[in-house]
Amino acid sequence: MNKTLFLGTLAAAALTGAVAQAGTLEDVKARGELNCGSNTGLTGFGAPDDKGEWHGFDVDLCKAVAAAVFGDASKVKFVPLTGETRFTALASGEVDVLVRNSTWTYSRDTDLKFDFVAVNYYDGQGFMVKKDLGVSSAKELDGATVCIQTGTTTELNLADFFKANNITYTPVNVADDGEALRQFTAGACDTYTTDASGLASTRATLPDPDNYIILPEIISKEPLGPVVRHGDNAWGDVIRWTYFALLTAEEKGITKANIEEVATSTQDPEIKRILGLEGDLGKMLGLDATFAKAAIAANGNYGEIFEANIGVATPIKLARGLNALWTQGGLQYAPPFR
Amino acid sequence: MIAFVRKEMLEASPPPASQHGWQGWMRENLFSSPLNIALTFVTWIALGAFTNMAVTWLLHGVWTADSYLECQEIILAYYGPEASGPCWAVIRERWHQFIFGFYPVEEWWRPVFCFGLMMLAFVAPLFSDDVRNARRVIVPVGVLTLVLMVLASAPVAACVIGAVIFVGALAISAKPLRLLPWTGVYPFVAVWLLWGGSLAGPVMALLGLVILGMVVRLLSGRLGVPLSAGLGIVAAFVWWTMLEPQIAASLPGDLAFLAQVGSENIGGFLLAFVIGVSAISMALPLGILLALGRRSDLFIVNKLSVGFIEFVRGVPLITLLFTASLLLQYFLPPQVQFETVLRVIILVTFFSAAYIAEVIRGGLAGLPKGQQEAADALGLDYWQAQRLIILPQALKISIPGIVNVFIGLFKDTTLVSFVGLMDPLRGVTAIVRADIDWKGAYWEPYLFVAAIFFVACFGMSRYALYLEARLKTDHR
Repeated sequence: MNKTLFLGTLAAAALTGAVAQAGTLEDVKARGELNCGSNTGLTGFGAPDDKGEWHGFDVDLCKAVAAAVFGDASKVKFVPLTGETRFTALASGEVDVLVRNSTWTYSRDTDLKFDFVAVNYYDGQGFMVKKDLGVSSAKELDGATVCIQTGTTTELNLADFFKANNITYTPVNVADDGEALRQFTAGACDTYTTDASGLASTRATLPDPDNYIILPEIISKEPLGPVVRHGDNAWGDVIRWTYFALLTAEEKGITKANIEEVATSTQDPEIKRILGLEGDLGKMLGLDATFAKAAIAANGNYGEIFEANIGVATPIKLARGLNALWTQGGLQYAPPFR
Repeated sequence: MIAFVRKEMLEASPPPASQHGWQGWMRENLFSSPLNIALTFVTWIALGAFTNMAVTWLLHGVWTADSYLECQEIILAYYGPEASGPCWAVIRERWHQFIFGFYPVEEWWRPVFCFGLMMLAFVAPLFSDDVRNARRVIVPVGVLTLVLMVLASAPVAACVIGAVIFVGALAISAKPLRLLPWTGVYPFVAVWLLWGGSLAGPVMALLGLVILGMVVRLLSGRLGVPLSAGLGIVAAFVWWTMLEPQIAASLPGDLAFLAQVGSENIGGFLLAFVIGVSAISMALPLGILLALGRRSDLFIVNKLSVGFIEFVRGVPLITLLFTASLLLQYFLPPQVQFETVLRVIILVTFFSAAYIAEVIRGGLAGLPKGQQEAADALGLDYWQAQRLIILPQALKISIPGIVNVFIGLFKDTTLVSFVGLMDPLRGVTAIVRADIDWKGAYWEPYLFVAAIFFVACFGMSRYALYLEARLKTDHR
């Protein structure tokens, strides 16, 4: 009897859960706030400042989504998630979307039942060494000690790379970026490996960055992007097309500063459709006609967000590289708004 | 012929210099054998080297800088290329996040006030018949709280209310137990102060407990404690779920309204104290009940208590935290918004209650059987015997163990960083290091946090020593 009751409760809970997850967009609208899973603190990508305001490359995408849904970029609550809790928090509905430099992999997409709706940053794993080590290629790192963050895909990539090149290494396990920086500068390891964007920001904070080099080899593909739950395609579309709106805005030269001017003067039919002056693209998503305009007006287009948070003008000094628009030799490409 | 007869005793001469004073102590403890002499010098050299290193490092500290790199440049300029030193500027810039998390600046007086009132709430149970020490707590805490509130530019009304409360407490502190009602009311005041909103909510919730207490008081003579407690709980639930919402709806919504502050803004030591203090104060009564339940002859009560204690003790705290943050959400319908902090508090309470139950069971087992038999012989019923005879003695024996659990629990609150809450040690530190200006700061946040934890835990431990001395009635 007890057992039946228990199972019944479980089933009911699962059922209500499933029902509730069917319409994330409706849930978000009803709540009046977007719950965005974010980092517990990653330089340039997502961290609160000394006043508790969240800033960063991933954070700005969340704000753009909030602007698209509500017309107000401030209606977003950031839920800091660790590497261990991020996917469960998304699956359990605690957050609506996860924008936390998460790598799109086969098993996360299929086995964990998530959808990576876009790639907002193409990253890859690299190595940083001290200049006086005299190494110019990762393949010369035979027998090296390597500082590596535990529990990440980088750990597996590292093992694969050294195995494929038939060389050996000794791992020095570190818990986070701060500890890695300390161990590496103290000489506890010959090289520090993590995503190239992380290496760049770490190098930027060293007192003598010129004594350190980032080796040319990128040993893995790390497409980072926003993640939603499987099975709610309408909500996935909202995130995806908000992101594409930011990309297209850069391609078309629409910026935060000139968006009103463009809206009044443009003759380009696609810009008119994006900004909600023609057609009913917003309605197809279940949003206002001006959803894309609000998203772009929040923090600017993709290029502006990139430059403001992690670009060459910031201390992190990341070049666009793979993340340039397709028209400039990069991989960022948005399908047409039609 | 006797030439000399001593008439009085000789004054006892002091022991030789090598046997007393600091020389004697050193001779006995440090230089008593060749091996000890060698060990003494080795230890001195090691201690000297370490102290030298630490003091030099600390002396190189930089308090004013805008970034970690600037700190290092200043150290380089002043002390040369080989020197290293702490960059306290990071603490100077970000101390408020370690203390308050993201609590809004203009509302800082609320946690400060809350903390002062908490110390006041502790006075009655901690110094029940010790007026001198009670006043020693009330006066400095009151003054400090008011000064800090003024510094945090609290509203004048709040300062006046605070002054009235502390002066009033001082006036009636001739019998510290008279402050006990405040201890009961405090949790509701604390919730209102920290999270804000209308005062009506906490008052309504408190009224439910009052109803419970009145039912127990009226009926326990006739029906016995357990049955009347059950009825009281039912009555309180009826109040909370059916009557209260209707009454609350009819009240003005802005009654004594404080700006609302969401749980996501509570971090740092504020979070550690919220979790630690609520869990500690709820875990003690729960633990006593579980310990009694485990020794009970009633089959169901006994087995439930044993099952609960063994299950919770058999699971690591981290597992319970993950359950709190992730698993519970699966089973609750999405409309039920149950804050992560609240979930964590509940499960940490369960965790420490199980440990405290076992500590108290040890105390109960340490009592001679004759005590229970004497209580029976006096004609006391079960609850009277527990309250008047058994528990006072058992708890006295258990004090060191209970304090041990509390100190452990308070430090364990840092584990909540694994579920994304901003604990001072890892959560806030990660946020501060994510700022490109402070990325290299490694030791400074840890030292700062460790110092505060040390003060809090050392205080608890000293209080336990004081309590043991005060309650000492035997002549061992």
